[in-house]
Amino acid sequence: MEVTPYMKIAVALIVLLPLFGFVVTLLVGKRFGARAHLLPVAMVSATAVLSIYAFEWVVRHHEEPFVWNAFTWMAAGRFEVTWGFQVDTLTGVMLLVVGIIGMLVHYYSIGYMHGDGGYYRFFAYLNLFMFTMFVLILANNYLLLFLGWEGVGLCSYLLISFWFGKKSASQAGKKAFLVNRVGDFGFTLGMFLIFVTTGTLQFTGVFEKGEMIGAGTLLWICLLLFTGAVGKSAQFPLHVWLPDAMEGPTPVSALIHAATMVNAGVYMVARSYPLFIHSDVAMLVVMVIGTFTAIYSAYIAITQNDIKKVIAYSTVSSLGFMFLALGAGAWAAGIFYLFVHGFFKGLLFLCSGSVIHAMGGEQDMRKMGGLRKRIPVTFWTMLVGAIALIGVFPFAGFWAKDEVLGGAFVGGHYIVWAVGILTAFLTAVFAFRLIFMTFFGECRASEEVQHHIHESPKVMTVPLLLLAIPSAVLGAVAGWPPESGWIHTFLEPVFFDVEHEEFVWLGEGGGLMLFSVLVALLGVYVAYQLYIRRTDVPGRIADRFPLAYEASLHKMYMDEIYEVAPIRSTIGFAGWLWTFFDVKVIDGAVNGLARLWDLFGQGLRPLQTGRVQNYALSIFAGMLALVIVLAWFWGA
Amino acid sequence: MNPLYWWLTLAVLLFCIGAYGALARRNVILVIMCLELMLNAVNIALVAAAQFRGGSEGAGSLFALFIITLAAAEVTVGLAIVIANYRNKRTVQADRFDELKG
Repeated sequence: MEVTPYMKIAVALIVLLPLFGFVVTLLVGKRFGARAHLLPVAMVSATAVLSIYAFEWVVRHHEEPFVWNAFTWMAAGRFEVTWGFQVDTLTGVMLLVVGIIGMLVHYYSIGYMHGDGGYYRFFAYLNLFMFTMFVLILANNYLLLFLGWEGVGLCSYLLISFWFGKKSASQAGKKAFLVNRVGDFGFTLGMFLIFVTTGTLQFTGVFEKGEMIGAGTLLWICLLLFTGAVGKSAQFPLHVWLPDAMEGPTPVSALIHAATMVNAGVYMVARSYPLFIHSDVAMLVVMVIGTFTAIYSAYIAITQNDIKKVIAYSTVSSLGFMFLALGAGAWAAGIFYLFVHGFFKGLLFLCSGSVIHAMGGEQDMRKMGGLRKRIPVTFWTMLVGAIALIGVFPFAGFWAKDEVLGGAFVGGHYIVWAVGILTAFLTAVFAFRLIFMTFFGECRASEEVQHHIHESPKVMTVPLLLLAIPSAVLGAVAGWPPESGWIHTFLEPVFFDVEHEEFVWLGEGGGLMLFSVLVALLGVYVAYQLYIRRTDVPGRIADRFPLAYEASLHKMYMDEIYEVAPIRSTIGFAGWLWTFFDVKVIDGAVNGLARLWDLFGQGLRPLQTGRVQNYALSIFAGMLALVIVLAWFWGA
Repeated sequence: MNPLYWWLTLAVLLFCIGAYGALARRNVILVIMCLELMLNAVNIALVAAAQFRGGSEGAGSLFALFIITLAAAEVTVGLAIVIANYRNKRTVQADRFDELKG
């Protein structure tokens, strides 16, 4: 198919503009001081427009993807990788999420980071992030995707430890980086295996051969790829980095750790759909891990007191939900959830940033309360985000969550469905616990802090409003009517032969919907009772069930488990390597060799008498020997 | 008997005496003298061969002349070294110069 040159230009610019913004801002941004945001924001605004253009292009040509191999990146024998780009409907959805939320977060950051010492650095990193994220979603082969994948990981590290003067921030950055290494190692092995098996890393080439790969090999490929996704998308047991990543500035949490980067794992698994679809075991693993992560982190979120930690665990839970959907075979529903989740979770983070901004840096919800009247815009937008999150009709989360749960139900995964419903209940409880503790009741902050509470500037509240709109209506726009909405037909070219399960009897779908909404409302009611009406009850429950409470509060002791098992043993092993292996074996071998030559040299030492006549004697003897030998041969 | 052999025998004798002296004497000046003895033994051999065997005109004598010149230069340098060494060590005994002993 003939591709319009405009699309090539658009794709090239989407990638290059943020890169340009990054390089220029990093090099000369410092000179612009408080105006350092101008270029990066302009670049990102332009890419947002171009993303919408590319999306619109996909809407018009959604049967045939746009593929463009710009140039060869590296080639060696059979191995060839290009800087190749691909825009199909899945990419289109991602472009929309990344482009729009990226732009709004940039605007928001102008207000949030105002006056920070590293102002220009922050915007430079954000632009670098946009560049790598676009490379990730636009890539048409695994290696280029991996380049973007590592790039966003690097940006995540740089931005988590943005305030590197703070010990906890730099530690959190390191933790994110190291935990992701584990997943990336799996991803790399997966790529090796793909190349060895199929001889290419191009998506189209790999997927053509997807069916022909032996079951065992295919399972390994899928599991290794999924390991990468588990790391990047913070699934159990590699989720531990995401809550700590909240040490970074809040816009970073919204952009990277809620709306875009953490979705990369889900995106990659969805992209590898033609591989996963042929491996039932891999699908089962994806579903089980996703389901477990969803309920597990929702349970932790209930007792957290840091406003950002609550949303962070909620994000882990939501990502689990997406994997649940993919694993259960509800592919389009999973991407649908990713799509709307980006908006409302980004909104929730930005709102929490606005709250923290108003409270002068306070993040502990126990010291908040009664903020509803003081910061009304933040309150209303956050309420919209929370309702969207818990999935009440007709907000965005309702449509997506319902399709995920419906997909699990019709797929016959009733246990998964039940766990999903329970997760939805817990989600409603902790989301409204957050709302009630922050915005209702008496203000528990100190007099001085209370005095300074103020609504955020326009540059922060307008992005909130702009995100609140899709959080409210996007689900209905993209998801109506349920199970066959626009998003399904749109994504059909990507998820080409999903067996579409139908509800057995009419009204079953409606019944499930009603049920999940009722569960969510019950959660809100419980939160209302516990945190508005009878505020003494939560403490009593905690006293009554100390074990359950402590486990949740301490994040299931996951950090402690890591501390004991892998970290201590690694440090112990490293210590052994140092004191025994390095000192005894390595140094011993080197020193031993040196001693051997030393002995050899000692043996030869007497030859060097320093007396010239001894040397002369050997010269004479040598000459004599030479003469004798020559005479012998000439004589003969 | 061919008179050349007598001359060659003389040359060999002189060479051996020189070699023995150069290797065995401790006094550096004597060693240098013995080196001269060896060079002159070679000269005798060359000149004698030139005289009795003919060959290209005067080539043997020419060699001898070169050797005499070189020997003069060599003994000059040698004696200069001996004097310089004597200033440092107050001796001309060869076995006392053993700074390079390993």
